[in-house]
Amino acid sequence: MTSEADRGGAPPGSPGEGAAPSAVAAPPPAPAPAAPGPPDGPRERQGRLAPDDEVSGLRIVPARHYGRWLAGAAILVLVAQFVNGLVTNPAWDWPVFFDYLLADSVLRAVWVTVQLTVYGTLLGFALGVVLGLMRLSRSYVLRSVAWAYVWAFRSIPLIVQLLFWFNLAYLYRELGFGIPFGPVLWRVGTMDLIGAMTAAVIGLALHQAAYAAEIVRGGVLAVDAGQREAAAALGIPRVRQWRRIVLPQAMRGILPNAANEIISLFKGTSIVSVMAIGELFYQVQVVYGRNGRVVPLLMVATVWYIVLTTVLTVAQYYVERRFARGATSHAPQSPARRLRKVAGDLRAGAARRRGRLPGERGTEPAAGGAR
Amino acid sequence: MSGAAGGVMVDVRGVHKAFGTLPVLRGVDLQVRAGEVTVVIGPSGSGKSTLLRGINHLEKLDRGSVRIDGELIGYRRSGHVLRELKERDVLRQRAHIGFVFQNFHLFPHLTVLENVIEAPLSTLRRPRRTAVAQARALLERVGLADREADYPRHLSGGQQQRVAIARALALEPKVLLFDEPTSALDPELVGEVLGVIKDLALAGTTMIVVTHEIGFAREVADTVVFMDQGRIVEQGPPPEVLDRPRHERTRAFLSKVL
Repeated sequence: MTSEADRGGAPPGSPGEGAAPSAVAAPPPAPAPAAPGPPDGPRERQGRLAPDDEVSGLRIVPARHYGRWLAGAAILVLVAQFVNGLVTNPAWDWPVFFDYLLADSVLRAVWVTVQLTVYGTLLGFALGVVLGLMRLSRSYVLRSVAWAYVWAFRSIPLIVQLLFWFNLAYLYRELGFGIPFGPVLWRVGTMDLIGAMTAAVIGLALHQAAYAAEIVRGGVLAVDAGQREAAAALGIPRVRQWRRIVLPQAMRGILPNAANEIISLFKGTSIVSVMAIGELFYQVQVVYGRNGRVVPLLMVATVWYIVLTTVLTVAQYYVERRFARGATSHAPQSPARRLRKVAGDLRAGAARRRGRLPGERGTEPAAGGAR
Repeated sequence: MSGAAGGVMVDVRGVHKAFGTLPVLRGVDLQVRAGEVTVVIGPSGSGKSTLLRGINHLEKLDRGSVRIDGELIGYRRSGHVLRELKERDVLRQRAHIGFVFQNFHLFPHLTVLENVIEAPLSTLRRPRRTAVAQARALLERVGLADREADYPRHLSGGQQQRVAIARALALEPKVLLFDEPTSALDPELVGEVLGVIKDLALAGTTMIVVTHEIGFAREVADTVVFMDQGRIVEQGPPPEVLDRPRHERTRAFLSKVL
């Protein structure tokens, strides 16, 4: 009860009425003397246990992890063996690989793959954001429709869906645009409007949208409900509440999953080869069908997939860093800076060992070396 | 204390609210005059916070009305019914009602300054320069002039709550509502937040403060309101309610918290 009064800074009886006799206005300062008591105890004990100063002045040597070093060495041997195999085994047929890696036909196919990925991602996530927000809507109809969409498109294998789109002209010979259940204003032959490439993009985007919707929904749910409430209490307009307050915070949850999805979509474009579209995987199949050099051409495709995935991964890193503002105590260091720091640590560690300086700056030299 | 001359700023009449079948507010009437500080106390579950959230329409009412400066909040009268306003209109009304949350709810991805200028920019459509100048003055007022570039995470709880107060003040509200502003704070940080609220009271800001800090109520309140089980049990000047409570329930509550 004393603390209660102290916090408010209420001097007992400051208003005139305080003079009225009251049990609550003048709290006895009972707990006060008790406070200084306990601290004396530990201080005394510390005094008794004080170590001799010889020990406290000694140099500290970090623990040595011999098992860790041994495991590292063993794995390095295995890696070396694998690399050696790649280089020396003639079956990999590296000359053929290098002939085709930058061949025009392959580069064109890479471009088609990139286009499929970009269009699939943009359309898929645009629709996914709409569906994700629909699932969070207060309207039962919107919620149900979005749920049904996600349910359906997650249930259908991508390859099956793609073949449906490819065969759309068989189902609907022409497409009409007009008033629902009313007159049709504009007709067009299905084959003219939806070629193979369009069909592939639609298929990928619709598939992607179902997953994107769930990712967006998850990201939004992870934002504290108090954030929207605070925005609402400040009278911030609804669209701005989403754009400025909720979505930037949701992005932290959305980005890693979205990057996963984009990368798997990127590799998923290889499925489009069933529609005879000249993307990367289809193209290398065509080439090795002609010349029979299966392995080097698969390696061509593999290397391109790896290179482009790496580009996406690096992009992901920097986008995530951008959205981490305010979320961590310190902005994460960029990889370049981290490399420089490791190098610096190594040099410092070496210098320390050479000069037998006491390791006063942390206990890392051994760990730094193992890294 | 200061604004005895003011007219009624907040006028709550016959407010009822139930969560499902659980009644939370059962006929609450409350008048707050301009420039006065009303402190609402009472046991948890007594409906204090719900009342406060009802005043700026964060909670919809089942029955009754709330007027601020004469304007009906959240509803408009249409013959014999009260029609709920569209969200956009409610948001516009809320610009006149500052709200400070127990858990601050600062926007963690925005700096302190951005937190304070966000509502003036988007709600009041102030020019950026005006908003920034005003925000700096407010941060100075709550003693955080040097922290405008920091993110909320880098501040202590007490500092965060002071930013939240500055953020609410940036709209120049007619009334400020505090929902247990110090309950989430470490004990040693409570004083700095209460100090800021006290300064606002001295400056004649109309405020309703839900709190458990009885000492604060005694010192700052013009009126203390004791709520229990969804009703206002008694209200009056602090010495009357806190020192000479007329109701048994008030006495029982005070004997527990003091």
